[in-house]
Amino acid sequence: MSLLRGNVAIVGAADTRVGVVPDRTATELCIESILLALTDAGINKDEVDGLVTCNSMAQPMLYHAEAIAEYLNIAPRYCFAAGAGGGTTFAVLQHAASAIVTGMADVVVIAMADSLRSGLTRDQAMLMQSSTGHPQYEQPYGPTVPAYYALIAQAHMARYGTRPEHFAEIAVACRAHATRNPAAQMRDPISVDDVLNSRMIADPLHLLDCSLVSDGGAAIILVSAERARDLPQPPVYVLGMGEGHGHEHISQARDLTTSTARESGQGAYAMAGLRPADMDFAQLYDCFTPTVLVELEDLGFCAKGEGGAFVTDAGIGPGGQLPVNTHGGLLSHCHPGNPGSMFALTESVWQLRGTAGERQVTNARYGLLHAQGGIMSSHSTLILGREPR
Amino acid sequence: MERIQPASGALADAYIAGCRVGELRLQRCGSCGIYQFYPRIICGNCLSDELEWSAASGRGEIRSFTVVRRPISKAYEAPYVVALIKLEEGPTLMSHIVDCVPEAVAVGLPVQVKFAAWSENVTLPVFTLDSQRGSSS
Repeated sequence: MSLLRGNVAIVGAADTRVGVVPDRTATELCIESILLALTDAGINKDEVDGLVTCNSMAQPMLYHAEAIAEYLNIAPRYCFAAGAGGGTTFAVLQHAASAIVTGMADVVVIAMADSLRSGLTRDQAMLMQSSTGHPQYEQPYGPTVPAYYALIAQAHMARYGTRPEHFAEIAVACRAHATRNPAAQMRDPISVDDVLNSRMIADPLHLLDCSLVSDGGAAIILVSAERARDLPQPPVYVLGMGEGHGHEHISQARDLTTSTARESGQGAYAMAGLRPADMDFAQLYDCFTPTVLVELEDLGFCAKGEGGAFVTDAGIGPGGQLPVNTHGGLLSHCHPGNPGSMFALTESVWQLRGTAGERQVTNARYGLLHAQGGIMSSHSTLILGREPR
Repeated sequence: MERIQPASGALADAYIAGCRVGELRLQRCGSCGIYQFYPRIICGNCLSDELEWSAASGRGEIRSFTVVRRPISKAYEAPYVVALIKLEEGPTLMSHIVDCVPEAVAVGLPVQVKFAAWSENVTLPVFTLDSQRGSSS
């Protein structure tokens, strides 16, 4: 059995305000999230000996994690800023959990924040967008970030008969969850017709198939399962982790409709000794609606090509067979860039503690979290549970 | 405002020199025989460095595409079709589909290369629907 399964636990979790937060810089949001998470965990800052962050685009620093440690006047023995795009959050959890099990750190804070909404000008945001893609063989053709994901969507439609209505169902479900979350950036219910009638951005993706642009930060505190028993919050245990890395540039993808989420998920299920049917909820990376559909298939929640039918018939909204993105996801809760999946992590902690309020999934025991970075390039999966197994 | 220009480099420059004379250049491995794109200092398959430039047929089919309605900058006139083209020789590359209405583009259609000026010194490959081959492939 893996050394990691059940031996590390999340004992503190917190989000800052999200959405439009012009009164805080990215650094300040990061600090604020750490303070809130430490309070939640009942841990003093001087006990923190591990710190993991990701860099900010609005306020980048050469040594980001070190700068955050300096701001807090702490001197951790384990400290780094990670960059794996949207996959950053769960990928670093694997590293931080390994550090705890191997004794490199005892109390690790993972904190990520950015101010993409208030901290970047429109020109800076477009420049950032145009730097995605291969600088010699892709960028000159002017693909936008939605366009890259539209390539995945069109390929899936051509191969499996998936329709724009299926993608729209995903946006509708995430919004339905967000209506139950007072913290979410977008809380007005939407319908499939609203999505299909919103402005076309890159066929077949409409405006409402695209995630938000937000400010916000979140942090969690990770300790050994043994240490967790002495702390005030019910521990949430790390049961399984996996990664898969298939390509960087979409033009080099071996397969447009099957991703290395498959390998990433298989690794996480094997470590946890659990199957897709054991999951009470899933938080699936939703920068654009098609990613959720492909992830549902590649993570084994339905057969390949049947993602459209799954979202329509089984349901991923509140009360559905598999509630997905119970906080509202990147589509409706918030999306401050690389920190995006942190909010899926803190939400999962609350779901497994049973404190998610109106959006609580009944008797949630296990949750799967998945994130991807690049253009379905790098994948990381995490399985959490309320018992160590 | 100028469209985004490809970053310069020895291999990229050799590729672009091919475009200037109407050749879509792929690398062919002298050891394992595969064609590769984008160009590299080694064969990504067998790691051999016995690579030769080879002029591709210019024929391929659309593996996927999208119509960009909101351009990346003012230098690009929307709508434009960004596509992934699977070449007859095997590799896939990103390009534009030109000289047709976006509604005519579909996954699986055959396409043929042509070359378009990107700046004074840079020419890049773009593709047109290949009406000669119809939708046979």
